[in-house]
Amino acid sequence: MSLAKIPKPDDLIKIDYAPPKTGWMKTPVDFRPGTWSYPAAPKNLTALEMPNPRAWQPGDADWKLPENWKRIILDGMKERLEKYRSFRLFMDICVRCGACADKCHFYIGSGDPKNMPVLRAELIRSVYRRYFTASGRCFGTLAGARDLTEDVLKEWFYYFYQCTECRRCSVFCPYGIDQAEITMIGRELLNLVGCNINWVLEPAANCFRTGNHLGILPGGMKDMLEFLADDIEDRTGVRVEVPINKKGADILFVTPSADYFADPGTYTCMGYLMLFHEIGLNYTFSTYASEGGNFGLFTSHEMMKRLNAKIYAEARRLGVKWILGGECGHMWRVIHQYMDTMNGPADFLEEPVSPITGTRFENARSTKMVHVVEFTADLIRNGRLKLDPSRNDHIRLTFHDSCNPARAMGLFEEPRYIIANTCNHFYEMAEDTIREKTFCCGAGAGLGNDENMEMRMRGGMPRAMAVRDVVQKHGVNRLGCICAIDRATLPPLMDYWVPGVAVTGVHELLGNALVMKGEKERTTDLRDDEISAPSP
Amino acid sequence: MKSRQTIVIALLAVSAIALAAAAAAASKTAGLVLTLVAPYLVLAVFLLGMVYRVIRWAKAPVPFRIPTTCGQEKSLPWIQNNPVENPAGPLGAIGRMAGEVFLFRSLFRNAQTEIVDGRQVFGSAKGLWFFGLMFHVSLLAVALRHLRFFTEPVVPFVTGLSALDGFLEIGVPALYISDMTLLAGLAFLFLRRAVLPQVRYISLFADYFALILIAAVAATGLLMRHFFPVDLNAVKTLAMGWVTFAPVAPVDAGFLFYLHLCLVFVLIAWLPFGKLSHMAGIFLSPTRNLINNSRRRRHLNAWNAPVKVHSYEEYEDEFRNKMKAAGLPVEKE
Repeated sequence: MSLAKIPKPDDLIKIDYAPPKTGWMKTPVDFRPGTWSYPAAPKNLTALEMPNPRAWQPGDADWKLPENWKRIILDGMKERLEKYRSFRLFMDICVRCGACADKCHFYIGSGDPKNMPVLRAELIRSVYRRYFTASGRCFGTLAGARDLTEDVLKEWFYYFYQCTECRRCSVFCPYGIDQAEITMIGRELLNLVGCNINWVLEPAANCFRTGNHLGILPGGMKDMLEFLADDIEDRTGVRVEVPINKKGADILFVTPSADYFADPGTYTCMGYLMLFHEIGLNYTFSTYASEGGNFGLFTSHEMMKRLNAKIYAEARRLGVKWILGGECGHMWRVIHQYMDTMNGPADFLEEPVSPITGTRFENARSTKMVHVVEFTADLIRNGRLKLDPSRNDHIRLTFHDSCNPARAMGLFEEPRYIIANTCNHFYEMAEDTIREKTFCCGAGAGLGNDENMEMRMRGGMPRAMAVRDVVQKHGVNRLGCICAIDRATLPPLMDYWVPGVAVTGVHELLGNALVMKGEKERTTDLRDDEISAPSP
Repeated sequence: MKSRQTIVIALLAVSAIALAAAAAAASKTAGLVLTLVAPYLVLAVFLLGMVYRVIRWAKAPVPFRIPTTCGQEKSLPWIQNNPVENPAGPLGAIGRMAGEVFLFRSLFRNAQTEIVDGRQVFGSAKGLWFFGLMFHVSLLAVALRHLRFFTEPVVPFVTGLSALDGFLEIGVPALYISDMTLLAGLAFLFLRRAVLPQVRYISLFADYFALILIAAVAATGLLMRHFFPVDLNAVKTLAMGWVTFAPVAPVDAGFLFYLHLCLVFVLIAWLPFGKLSHMAGIFLSPTRNLINNSRRRRHLNAWNAPVKVHSYEEYEDEFRNKMKAAGLPVEKE
């Protein structure tokens, strides 16, 4: 599915918000091409020792479920109701006020009522009532309960893979009910019977074996980073070193593999390399822990833990003092809210202290992992970087807060501080679409694949509309972010809705503006584009 | 099920309660059961139900620290953090919870998203917040005012509240503001649910039943206060009898009073079991009541089980030759 096959933007935006005539329990899923993701290839399930590897397609009548699939799901629900207070509570206390409804980008973009977070949750809540509450057992549909059937399972698959776990609904819910929690558990249950998508499981399987989502082998990683060093030399005349698997480094640097693999993430990665060279940081990349992202988050809590374990293990093996993490959204959700709990305590590491400024990162005292924008903001604040923002004068920037740093950390000011010091033309999008109210790129949580393109364009529509407004008002031509998934998914979104807007990481802006010792006169930015103000 | 059907069934359910009240008014035995036995039964169901509910929630651990952050986190000292929307300590979390419980902070964010002429427009949508809060505060005021039946002498706070509530001094007895706002809130919530197609689509029987039941409680109360006065002394005697565990059945309290009582009893007994348990659940919501300090302090998971990982040794064993070929250091030659 490519952009050509999906409706034109003018048609796509004609969204019908009228609910169907039939009640939601009686409206079956229509697996329309362009709105779902391919199932996981058997080899990936086998590699991860996950149940029910087989060839199947969501459009098939027979999903080749295990014979006792119902028992597996219900036992799985019971177990998780006992393990997660969030799950049990969120099954019980929703009053269906509907405040969450038009907060979901997939609902806004599709008009499908089952994309209202409340109804997406009811898909599983109705089963919870039927099998786990007295009223549901006695009164059935009247109590909002229904039997677990294959059709219900298919509905779960369709809609739990039409949720990017962005948590925007939970900002507006009066009880803080978080659809991400419900989707995460829903996906765990689906995984128990082998209903999962390849765009999540292939990166997970790759990451487990090779250390990164893309399956890049050690030599390949080195080549790519060296290639970026060549590009840096070409743009700046400065040769930066690329330390990999170096014992005795002070700091282990972990970033999403997309940063050294694909444009425009590579420009961000060049920014890191230049920065670390310029301040003389004693750091290292790792090939074993060559992935910051964690598609386990989109699979199950267990898989998240399995993949995340490498970071601490590698920090211990290399004997570093602490860990620095690159720009990535869901990676930081895992590091900030899960890593220490799952794989800590990191008592073999030291409390993070910037070797350049001496700043103690108190907020990372236990996890011992610092976000690179925190690290860089501190450098700038202490005057340790020489910056020439005019080198970004050809960029008219707006900033997209990525879901996870926004709603699972509260990382708002640090990236803006770096932007303020590296970029002269910065314009915020509408208040309702930034910071904790930021809209998802529409393709996170493993949904950023080509076959799901129509749904991505629908889900990304609210973000794109907000960008379009600042394009029209301020002539914005660049969309900044601190997320590798954004850097992969926003470019096609922009091409579709707002052509002419490129996507950039914050450290790319820093790389452009960074005045390096011994550099030649810069005539191009990191993309090799001329540094000159765009003609108005 | 069609929404109209659901509303009719909810009305029928409330009518069934009215039938029970009629029986209580007609039969002496039923009246005795309602006034002497039912109050204790209902109270027991409510208390035990609530305790059961809360314990069930509380027994499930909070494996991960997952607050939804709605403001700048506490990070570098020169960056102004938002101590309430992104609590860095217990005080902030308490403040955040207080905002949610007393002011419905999150609901206050509500905005409406629409597509107008191919543009996305955000409209203010504070109606749900305003009427929702008004409804809840009114309900609380009404409940507190009823304490005048249960205390002798009446606690000053209740007298004060009643005076304040009736300060408009319209009619005799005075019209209470909270009664009017309660009805207005109920009307808004009901109409919103029954009229807006999206909300109607997600509504269940319990949603309508709760509103109709509370409306019926309010209506019967208002009828007794303003149109068909009951013997307040008899009501007070009965209520004080309950409190002192020596209840005496009223001689003839009338159908309306029995109906009011029946409806209230059903409401109270149902509270812990349906969606109305949100009144307790909100306090346990992990996205709201947790401090955002998971990198500062390790959060413990009660069931943190070991998992199968891919160790560095396994990794190097597979890729050793490739690593050596690329000039990368290895542990074992």
